[in-house]
Amino acid sequence: MTVELAVGNVSRAFGGVYAVRDVSLTVPAGELRAVIGPNGAGKSTLFALIGGQLAVDAGTVALDGVRVERRPAHRRGIGVVFQAARVFHGMTVRENVMVGAHAITRAGFLAAALRLPRHHRDERRIREQAMVCLDRTGLADWADRPAEELPLGRQRSLQLARALCGEPRLLLLDEPASGLRAGERELLSDLITRLRAEGLTMLLVEHDVAFVMRLADRITVLDLGRVIADGTPAEVRANPKVQTAYLGVRPDEPHLHARGVAE
Amino acid sequence: MSDLIGYLLTGLGIGAGFALVGSGLVAIHRVTRVVNFAQGGFAVLAALLTSTLLSAGLPHGVAESGGVALGALAGLVVGVIAIGRPGTSPGTSLIVTLGLGVLAYAIEVLIWGDQPRSFPGLTGVAEVGDARVPAHYLLILAVTAVVFALMAWFFARTDPGRALTACASNRYAAQVVGIDVRRMGLLAFTLGGALGGLAGVLTTPVQQVTFDSDVTLIVNGFAAAILGGLSRPMVTLAGGLLLGVTQTVVAGYGGGAYQLEVALVLMLTVMIVQAARTGPVPEAAR
Repeated sequence: MTVELAVGNVSRAFGGVYAVRDVSLTVPAGELRAVIGPNGAGKSTLFALIGGQLAVDAGTVALDGVRVERRPAHRRGIGVVFQAARVFHGMTVRENVMVGAHAITRAGFLAAALRLPRHHRDERRIREQAMVCLDRTGLADWADRPAEELPLGRQRSLQLARALCGEPRLLLLDEPASGLRAGERELLSDLITRLRAEGLTMLLVEHDVAFVMRLADRITVLDLGRVIADGTPAEVRANPKVQTAYLGVRPDEPHLHARGVAE
Repeated sequence: MSDLIGYLLTGLGIGAGFALVGSGLVAIHRVTRVVNFAQGGFAVLAALLTSTLLSAGLPHGVAESGGVALGALAGLVVGVIAIGRPGTSPGTSLIVTLGLGVLAYAIEVLIWGDQPRSFPGLTGVAEVGDARVPAHYLLILAVTAVVFALMAWFFARTDPGRALTACASNRYAAQVVGIDVRRMGLLAFTLGGALGGLAGVLTTPVQQVTFDSDVTLIVNGFAAAILGGLSRPMVTLAGGLLLGVTQTVVAGYGGGAYQLEVALVLMLTVMIVQAARTGPVPEAAR
């Protein structure tokens, strides 16, 4: 099985304090991996190190065997969905998604400026591809609305559609369920399940343990910047170290972790 | 009455020049957050080169295109120096552009001297109603209209245009989508240079150019651009036209010496009103 994402002994410190220390994980192609951990565990830092928003102090990040830890974010070919609503204002929903195809668009400024046939071909192809992505994320009816008018849940779907339009090898999702209402959360988990079935490799960082337990193939648990557990949802749930770290309970208090980690 | 129509049309023609310079400022600012004080210099360089090319015998059209191309190139060079180094703050870049603008004076005086230059534009007089206006003013208006329409098309309907708009809206997200934000900044500077160059080439036949003509252009262009918060091309167009008309009318009815003051007062008023409404002005100028 090909390894899509390989993170090797990655570290990053802020002012002498390690946010992430010697973290390694490998995600095979087609897997949906979740990274969980309590506040301050280093989830967001790890996310940014993989996505390229932060530089690693040490360690490697490889995509399909190619080292990318020194590449800027825009040259990693990773799709990213942020927790915050980072859609482009002043553009329609459709245009937002079309921007997503920028990285895989060949025709540059000159082709556009001179209105070469290649530009028209590309433009048509991008438009069609954007429509497909809007369909997949249930946003087709909103295509011509200004992006900033969408409700929060839809803005997250829009980020997803935008990422998909760039045909990423790997999709990173930062706390995709946070701030969503129950109905929106269902839609989102359906969508993620569908993408998973289509064979897309995904890594999602999440605070909501229940959400992750249902969706993920495997779960990596961080605490204080280190990996403390790695396994299937069932294995992770049964791991006493996870229960201690995540819920602040000791294994000798069974009534507490029965309520929390075990859903 | 025919006087007023004449003033209006000349004012629109002059205002179109301000709008082009201003939209260059906007194109650069919305993507890079840098207020480019070398913007007026692009117009001067383009106009000076055009005058040289024309006197060397090149036909109209070719010479003007050469001028605009030099403006674009100068834009790119200023961009590379001002934002080329990763991590340069917009404030630092602003000072760099100011310095480059002054350096451009030296280069221009060295090559072209310090005397005003001009070249013929569209000759003839157009009759609009019962007013008679030099036809060149109408040419300026027509070209400006086409350029703004092209820009609207470019920003919405082409991949590089959308990428520029995306950078203007959210740099962080733009990067993640695979956009090279620095390269887009350089593209914005090039575009700004071309727009500035176009302004210089278009307006010189009706108002001459000297190495320090950029002051008038940048003050008026900035006044037009600040109306739209340095981020909206169409408001800049309206602002530029309004400025041009106001100045021409003021000059026409006796206040010929106060053209620049009109722009300065308008600019200050807009900035004070905006500051009162939305907080500190530097928010727009940053």
